[in-house]
Amino acid sequence: MAAGDTSTLPRRELLGRASALAGLVVSFAPGMRLIDLAAAKPDGEAASAEVRWGMLVDTTRCVSGCDACVNACATEHGLEMTDRPEIDAQWIRKVDLIDEDSGKEISLPVMCQHCEDAPCVAVCPTGASFRREDGIVLVNQHTCIGCRYCMMACPYKARSFIHINLTGQRTHSPRGKGTVESCTFCVHRVDRDREPACVEACTAAGHQALLFGDLSDNEGELAQRLGEVQTQQLRSDLGTNPGVHYHGL
Amino acid sequence: MGSVWRLLPLIMLTGVLPWSVIADEPIFPRARGERCVEPVGVMRRAHFEFLNHQGQQTVERGIRIGRHSLAGCVGCHAARDQNADWVPVSAPGQFCDSCHSYAAVRIDCFSCHRAVPEADRAMGN
Ligand code: HEC
Ligand code: HEC
Ligand code: HEC
Repeated sequence: MAAGDTSTLPRRELLGRASALAGLVVSFAPGMRLIDLAAAKPDGEAASAEVRWGMLVDTTRCVSGCDACVNACATEHGLEMTDRPEIDAQWIRKVDLIDEDSGKEISLPVMCQHCEDAPCVAVCPTGASFRREDGIVLVNQHTCIGCRYCMMACPYKARSFIHINLTGQRTHSPRGKGTVESCTFCVHRVDRDREPACVEACTAAGHQALLFGDLSDNEGELAQRLGEVQTQQLRSDLGTNPGVHYHGL
Repeated sequence: MGSVWRLLPLIMLTGVLPWSVIADEPIFPRARGERCVEPVGVMRRAHFEFLNHQGQQTVERGIRIGRHSLAGCVGCHAARDQNADWVPVSAPGQFCDSCHSYAAVRIDCFSCHRAVPEADRAMGN
């Protein structure tokens, strides 16, 4: 499990101790400060492999019938519903499950799981489906040819194809006909040190079922929570090692 | 045509027709802002290389600063119509289209990228 990813531990521990000694702000060189051990990345810096973005979905807090996350995603990315639901883009969807034996009901959002070993990346003939250094799985729409192999390969059915000409796209979320798309973990926000829109909306709705953060930052809230509660990855038997973890399944 | 005759001595001397006489240069709306992100001559020749580079940097590596953002071009180069509504930079006769139809260049950028500024909605909301 990624929660136990300790590849960067020694360095982080070292930094952690250094900051404990020097107070909260460690100055290394003019213009370079380590303000926070969490993974904030300045706009102008490239995504770094020292970070692995991930999410914890607490299904015990997720409410059936609530789709605040889904709506926030649609607003953020300008996903407009048509009168043909079968072709509508679905970056995140709510799933309600009932255990037939116990009668237990749970509700959970499913989106791109941002796998470490992503099948969509493996099958892409152009390299357009790729995993960023910091673990976010994306479609490079400049090189996507719309073949949809990735959609077939994804065990989570997380990707959509754009069948029609679009208008009214948001500036920060270009989208267009003939390409595949999926949840980006809101890279345009994450790169500016903000949370994904769904997480923000879930918190605003008072549920706090979604926690976003850096899986490889052992001091961070996400890794801490993952250490405390029992969690599962969807279809962990496939060995894709998703960045999204679920509690309460 | 009259101007060609007036320029005849010059043409006979140099053997070339001035550009503006051979064909009408593309005309496009004035941009906002003091100046472009690069000198005009550089922009005319290399804007697509800048754009490709910046697109790659942003998508593949998450680098979100840099002068050559496509959203930036739209922000300064989109114009408003008589009703003060934004006109897409890619619409006929608008900034990106003017030269391109003149030079028979076709771009698909604005099938995905927003071609008018989105000032009324704060980023990310
Ligand atoms: C199929 C859709 C699509 C097409 C067509 C497309 N882009 Fe993009 N472009 C994107 C997406 C998606 C992003 C990533 C946005 C992000 O991560 O914030 C992007 C980002 C960019 C960026 C960085 C963001 C910005 O506004 O500066 C540039 C530059 C860019 N594209 C240039 C181009 C150019 C030039 C063309 C035309 C030759 C083009 N794109 C065509 C989808 C597209
Ligand atoms: C800050 C506003 C601003 C931004 C951003 C901007 N421009 Fe400009 N651009 C201008 C202005 C003003 C001019 C008029 C010439 C001058 O004085 O620089 C201009 C001129 C140009 C010209 C030359 C037009 C001519 O007269 O032949 C091109 C080409 C151009 N811009 C392309 C772009 C592209 C492509 C982008 C995005 C990468 C861009 N500009 C971004 C303000 C801007
Ligand atoms: C001053 C004239 C002029 C303006 C204004 C202009 N372009 Fe261009 N553009 C050209 C020319 C000429 C070419 C073709 C250059 C070549 O092929 O060598 C071109 C090519 C391109 C290409 C590459 C096309 C390809 O198939 O490789 C892109 C992308 C592009 N322009 C984007 C833009 C955008 C976006 C704008 C508006 C913000 C814009 N251009 C405004 C003249 C202009």
